[in-house]
Amino acid sequence: MEILTADFFQRALTGGLLIGLTAPLIGIFLVLRRLSMIGDTLAHVTIAGVALGFLIEVYPIGVGLVFAVVASFAIEKLRKAYKGYAELSIAVIMAGGVALASLFFTLGMGYNNDVVSYLFGSIYTLDTTDLYVVGAVTIVVVAIISVFFKEMFLLTFEEDAASVSGLPVKLLNLLITVMTALVVSTAIKIVGALLVSALLTIPAACSLLIARSFKTSVIFSVVIAEIAVVAGLMTAGIWNLAPGATIVLLLIAMLILTLIGKKGFSA
Amino acid sequence: MKSETAAPAAYCHDNIIELDGVSFAYKDQQVITDLNLVIKERDFMGVIGSNGAGKTTLLKMMVGLLRPTQGEIRLFGEPIRKFRDWDRIGYVPQKNAFNPLFPATVREVVMSGLYSNKKLFRRVGKADQQKCEEAMEVMRIVDIAGKRIGQLSGGQQQRVFLARALINQPDLLILDEPTVGIDAQTQADFFELIFHMHAHHQMTFLMVSHDIEMIEGYLGKEPRDRCGGIKFYVRHSHDQSCEIPGLQHSLLEDAQVPLASK
Repeated sequence: MEILTADFFQRALTGGLLIGLTAPLIGIFLVLRRLSMIGDTLAHVTIAGVALGFLIEVYPIGVGLVFAVVASFAIEKLRKAYKGYAELSIAVIMAGGVALASLFFTLGMGYNNDVVSYLFGSIYTLDTTDLYVVGAVTIVVVAIISVFFKEMFLLTFEEDAASVSGLPVKLLNLLITVMTALVVSTAIKIVGALLVSALLTIPAACSLLIARSFKTSVIFSVVIAEIAVVAGLMTAGIWNLAPGATIVLLLIAMLILTLIGKKGFSA
Repeated sequence: MKSETAAPAAYCHDNIIELDGVSFAYKDQQVITDLNLVIKERDFMGVIGSNGAGKTTLLKMMVGLLRPTQGEIRLFGEPIRKFRDWDRIGYVPQKNAFNPLFPATVREVVMSGLYSNKKLFRRVGKADQQKCEEAMEVMRIVDIAGKRIGQLSGGQQQRVFLARALINQPDLLILDEPTVGIDAQTQADFFELIFHMHAHHQMTFLMVSHDIEMIEGYLGKEPRDRCGGIKFYVRHSHDQSCEIPGLQHSLLEDAQVPLASK
């Protein structure tokens, strides 16, 4: 039990709580725009950046973040070139990210522990710098979403209507993409590249089943993510399990419970 | 003398939409060629054409979603690129323009009609909420305000989108195939409501439709203009509005009086 008061665990909890706020906040917009897989793609590209960071000895998350933002622009461009095939751009960029990542890793030191820690997450190794980065990203994301909440609602609900209302649709789309890149690249250290999209999408998947209004679905998904993060970290800490995996499995358990509960209600 | 170009009408009604030699091509395919069109205040313009004739393209150009490859479009006398008064335009989209599983209540959707460029960085206040309630009252959807939009029937959804379009009390109402996928009775009610609004309110209408019967029934058999496969029918409600005082009444009053048909 004393693990719960340890410094590294406190840092993990703080980082987890911050990501538990930003990931579902962005995730709900992505899910509703049928871009659920974009998180996975950006995560893989971030890993390429992380690998390069190790190679040239620059703060890996920082390089990963730059990679993710660049990739998010590329996805937007490709999405326009292949209108109606949104998933194509995602697949192409994802493949590119994985290829680059493996190239950089083999150029450097091969697949070592550090690599594994970014693939599966290593929330216990969060240091103060990481926390500052996560904190800054959280502030940016929460600020942008609260300022443009109603516009982003309309944009997500019906992009054409948003244009006809004279909203800066291009800018808003860009903001969502860049925020996704920021959140994904910072979430990687916490749940790992392979599991990032779970934190983006599963809370939204749960809340879509129970919430009637847009506002409540946003609130529900944040609450669900935070419960999973806190309970997951505690469980993992006490029984010595992999924290990222525990969080994600808890999320899936909550989704199953919601599905069952919903069935029970409607039956 | 043609009625729409008659001196008094030209004198006291401004041009709402003007198209000057507008052409549009998708890559090598010419969709619209050299179209000149004027919609005046209090006109009701019905746009009819077969699939692929370019109706949707035309509508998209008129609301700035597409740029013409040639020519100029003016809204309320202003070149469309400089136009900023988007809250003067109400827009009712095609029924399938949104995801039916989207978690949004009727109230949230109606309210979103207020989120124009002028509302950026501003909070939704008491007055806005009041507008929302009024628009819902006019469309008689107050009792379903808390329901998810996807759970409603096609006719109810149509009223929700109409309420959203009317929330700013727009000068121009644009409807894109508003009755696709709605049963005949609901369609008839919907058209009746729209035509009533045209007759009694200071509003200009532009409606794309495939329903020739309805359009010809209200706008007459003869299209005023043609462009390729697209026909433009126009009816003006000028005479009534200017000559009979007191005919103008607020939309809210309409809600108290049953619609002509009911």
